[in-house]
Amino acid sequence: MLSFIAKRLLSGILLLVVVTSGTYFLAHVAVGDPTPGLLGNSATAAQQAALRTKIGYDQPLLVQFWNWFSSAATGDFGSSWRNFQSVNDQIALRVPVTLSIVVFATLLAAIIGVGVGIACGLRPGGLLDRSLKLASVVLFALPGFWVSLVLVMWFGIELKWFPAVGYVSPEHSFGGWIQSITLPSVSLALGAIVMVAEQLRNGFLQVANQDFVRTLRARGLSGRRVTAHVLRNASPAALTVLALLFVGLLGGAIVVEIVFNLPGIGSLTQSASQIGDIPVLLGLTAVTVVFVVIVNFLLDLVLGWVNPKVRER
Amino acid sequence: MNAPGGAEPLLAVEDLVVDYRIHRKLRLRALKGVSISVGAGECVGLVGESGSGKSTLGKAVLGLAAVTSGRISFDGQDITHVKGAARRRLANDIQVVFQDPYGSLDPTMTVGEVLAEPLEVTGTSREKARAVVAEMLDHVRLPSDAVHRYPSEFSGGQRQRIAIARALVRRPRLIVCDEPVSALDLTTQSTILDLFIDLQRDTGVSYLFVSHDLGVVRRICHRVSVMYQGEIVEDGDTTKVTDDPEHPYTRRLLLAAPVADPVRQAERRATWLGLRDSA
Amino acid sequence: MTTAPFPTTLAPVKRISLWRRYLRRPLGVVALAVLLVVVAVAVLAPWLAPFDPNLVDFKLTHATPGDGHLLGGDSAGRDILSRLLYGAQTTLFGAVITCAAGLLLGVPAGVSAGYFGGATDRVCSWISDALQSVPGMIVLLVVAAGTGQSFVVLMVALGIFLAPGYYRITRARALSVRKEPYIDAARVAGVTNGRILRTHMLRAVYAPIVVQTALTAGIAIGMQAGLQFLGIGSASTPSWGQMMNDGFQNMLNYPLILLWPSIALGLTIAALAFIGSTLADLVSVRSEQPTRRDRSRVRESLAAPAPGDLAERVASGSHAHDAEDCALRVDNLRVGYAVSNGVKEVVRGVSLDAAPGEVLGIVGESGSGKTQTIFSVLNLLPSGGTAVADGIWVGGREVGRLSPGERAALLGRSIGYVPQEPMTNLDPCYTIGHQLVEPLRHVHGMSKAAARERAREVLVQVGITDPDRVLVSYPHQISGGMAQRVLIAGAVAGRPPLLVADEPTTALDVTVQAEVLELLRELQREYGMALVIVTHNFGVVADICDRVVVMKDGRIVETGPVERIFRNPEDPYTAELISASLDDTESRQELDEAWSRESPAALDRVGEKDGAR
Repeated sequence: MLSFIAKRLLSGILLLVVVTSGTYFLAHVAVGDPTPGLLGNSATAAQQAALRTKIGYDQPLLVQFWNWFSSAATGDFGSSWRNFQSVNDQIALRVPVTLSIVVFATLLAAIIGVGVGIACGLRPGGLLDRSLKLASVVLFALPGFWVSLVLVMWFGIELKWFPAVGYVSPEHSFGGWIQSITLPSVSLALGAIVMVAEQLRNGFLQVANQDFVRTLRARGLSGRRVTAHVLRNASPAALTVLALLFVGLLGGAIVVEIVFNLPGIGSLTQSASQIGDIPVLLGLTAVTVVFVVIVNFLLDLVLGWVNPKVRER
Repeated sequence: MNAPGGAEPLLAVEDLVVDYRIHRKLRLRALKGVSISVGAGECVGLVGESGSGKSTLGKAVLGLAAVTSGRISFDGQDITHVKGAARRRLANDIQVVFQDPYGSLDPTMTVGEVLAEPLEVTGTSREKARAVVAEMLDHVRLPSDAVHRYPSEFSGGQRQRIAIARALVRRPRLIVCDEPVSALDLTTQSTILDLFIDLQRDTGVSYLFVSHDLGVVRRICHRVSVMYQGEIVEDGDTTKVTDDPEHPYTRRLLLAAPVADPVRQAERRATWLGLRDSA
Repeated sequence: MTTAPFPTTLAPVKRISLWRRYLRRPLGVVALAVLLVVVAVAVLAPWLAPFDPNLVDFKLTHATPGDGHLLGGDSAGRDILSRLLYGAQTTLFGAVITCAAGLLLGVPAGVSAGYFGGATDRVCSWISDALQSVPGMIVLLVVAAGTGQSFVVLMVALGIFLAPGYYRITRARALSVRKEPYIDAARVAGVTNGRILRTHMLRAVYAPIVVQTALTAGIAIGMQAGLQFLGIGSASTPSWGQMMNDGFQNMLNYPLILLWPSIALGLTIAALAFIGSTLADLVSVRSEQPTRRDRSRVRESLAAPAPGDLAERVASGSHAHDAEDCALRVDNLRVGYAVSNGVKEVVRGVSLDAAPGEVLGIVGESGSGKTQTIFSVLNLLPSGGTAVADGIWVGGREVGRLSPGERAALLGRSIGYVPQEPMTNLDPCYTIGHQLVEPLRHVHGMSKAAARERAREVLVQVGITDPDRVLVSYPHQISGGMAQRVLIAGAVAGRPPLLVADEPTTALDVTVQAEVLELLRELQREYGMALVIVTHNFGVVADICDRVVVMKDGRIVETGPVERIFRNPEDPYTAELISASLDDTESRQELDEAWSRESPAALDRVGEKDGAR
């Protein structure tokens, strides 16, 4: 078990290094000289050259990379090229907002998705099951920002149930925080809910048709106990989908945050990308990948607990 | 050990060892130095239970299992480690019929495409291939309009006929038969066995016949090797091995299969119990 | 020589192409029509659009629909309809690039990884996992930051992030096909790896890829619009995402500007999603379940006068005992399944019975309905199956009069069940101990300690020498023969008066089969159980049964005591089955001798052919 944990952690660190390094070079190749973007077109050549020296852009790429990498390895992502504020501080300020809506959306997807999935699996072909199928077809593909625009127009502007836009921090007002993240989370979660439910429903039926379930019934076990067996066997696939969704939701949050005018990493990513502020973009990439690695690690632990065969590998 | 007639055997396997890698560190010795030979026009059976290594031996002859040591020669030529284009040329001479009549035919191909594929890879013209396919379908007693059908439209026994026809289209000299009748119903089983025998008499092809069923082996094989845990414990003429086995394992194997006669089965069971309890 | 067992021509089979079946789905047809309209609009935009999409007319700023501008004007004074039509062009062009990139990367990698396995698989899978772990939106924004206005590069980058979807689905499919014997057969037939990949493997992944492409296209269009919504892309190329951003800025005052592109985007994505889902249904990615209507249709059909060769619903088989004395009695059982064009009857009127302490064999070939009969007795038919009977008695009680709860309570207490495949009949996620103890505690009401003691006891009884190790083992850690012993232990642990066993030895080696038969015989005697054993093997019947029922095509052809059936079978089918078993068959040497006597020239002919090679 210990070697299993160590292996997963190592592979997570490897992933983090590969992705951030890859993004580093990709960004440098894609952006090229960043100074016109940072200073605007009116800047003189001298101003541009001064900025280049200041951000170290005049050094060879590999030297730049090494400077960035050795600093990033200690957890310091340097400072923004635009306002020279610490990247860490900027991200730290915004991560709670994004995490609020993404975690809330993931929880919604897990709780409602599992509930609906089991209900459909128990009564396949029923009304709920057929509705789920229809809903999953549409909501699976519709982008979160499209859904969020619809929700803003309806609940925020027409019905005025929730604030249409803006963010309230939980320290300021807990009730206000819940209110402010509800619409964004729901618009992110809708697609995720139906995906989890559909995955669990299909897995549930697949397991329910397996031989051992008939044998469990033939032993006289109650429906509830048999369902517990089926659920445990069907859960790995649904859990994997949930973990994948978390990654998807992090990306989707960027656009949704802009619709709801939330001060999360979305607007920071957008502005940094528009002016080519590479340190900020790299910091954002690293932070999100860290979250993904943590979620995947938790997933592996749960899968190992659910399925005895995984543990032995 | 030579084929009847004293001539050089068509297939000779000498002291073959095959290891399987189960795990990064764990290796399983599936064959522990096995020797057999198959003469031209002969059917040699490999009989044993699961894990005895009988299928592995068939796979090694076909080049589907990596050989650790030992030697496989075909028509005097060493084919133990032949790979790539040379192995593909061997397809002219060595073919296979698998157990599973459902998995052994590509469900997305028509029967015509299935049968023509081994010919197309040799560059046979389309008309020639069509003629050979029609002839082979006739050989295995399937109607010629079967070429436009998909495998799913046939029963298990019919599919196995198609698989046999595919093995025959290149007119091989040896067919490795890996439990070709054990997935079939009893009545179908005997007609397919008769078909195997008829085809052998007509074409002179040799069979290496892998089976777990001594009854099937007795029916079709001239000689048999009984395998147990990767070794051959007994071999010889099938009539003799099945009538009067020498090795205790062969005897147990023979007695363990129940016969369709209540009175005789009661006797056999008593003998089997005695053998089991004394062991 | 055997005679040809098949007619010279085959009966016609009705094959319906995927395309025809697709057209029978109304939702799919509507979705396809919507998509075709969008495609037509995109292609014909230059001719359909009433204005230049980039023409600015300040009078038109925020204009309401009308006055030659059907949908009004946007915040920059451009005609919304024209921009919408040209936007379709951008959208579809981007989706095609994205899908092509995803397809070209994901499918070859997936097929190779699945086929070759090993290092190829590990490397490709790691890359795919890594891609899925990267928040694509951020990296896309990085790409957009520099390449800025190059739409094609951005769409290719998007395709790279969607490639894992293709990769996973093709790899999984290729992996399962790789294990099929037809791939080995192709290799033995001398087919090159390249050709196997191009033909067999690609054919196998074709259908899921088509489904995946419809879904991917929908997602690609959504993400493309999201990027444009964030302000990525050239201002001079009209796009729906950009139009939505414009509408979003003016949402409170001019909601109509937001409405039109939202509808266009929503409709296009929904159409692609429904096309994908309809295709997925047709290649059965989602398992369809029989509805309540299907079940009542089967019930009605089974109750109605029989079609075809049976003029009336006459039961086949007979009873040897009085109903009250039977451990099991079945009267005129019919079982049917709903199929697309009606009802398929697999059991067509079966009557049988077994007394306490009696061993009844149900014997027949595949498709004879013997297993379905057993499942009906247990009330555990697979979904879609419906059983109708004049009566089923278990221990003298008619189960038709019991409530569903009471009927379920018979299982484990009054009926024990031994399945066919030992390895698939144990739950892989729980220890053997848990699976034996759970029913003892919750069905038979034992304490935890007592249940554990009883589980250990039955394991010893079924001949397991180290019960303590087996109790803590998981199913994948024990052999097939051992697993079958565990299943028998589970079936008899509650001391049921009736044990039904469905081909209990078919999946086992012969020597293990003999042991298991011996075990069943001992347990049956010890507990005085009635044993109903389903088998296709007349040897097994001869070994263990007192009476036997012979089934063919869902009917009983003959019932009788074992000695009589073997000595003097009344039905020719029974005789054929008995004679088909190969014990005491003529050996090959004997066959060859007889053959050479009949046709002396034959042996020479074989020799000639040999010489010719």
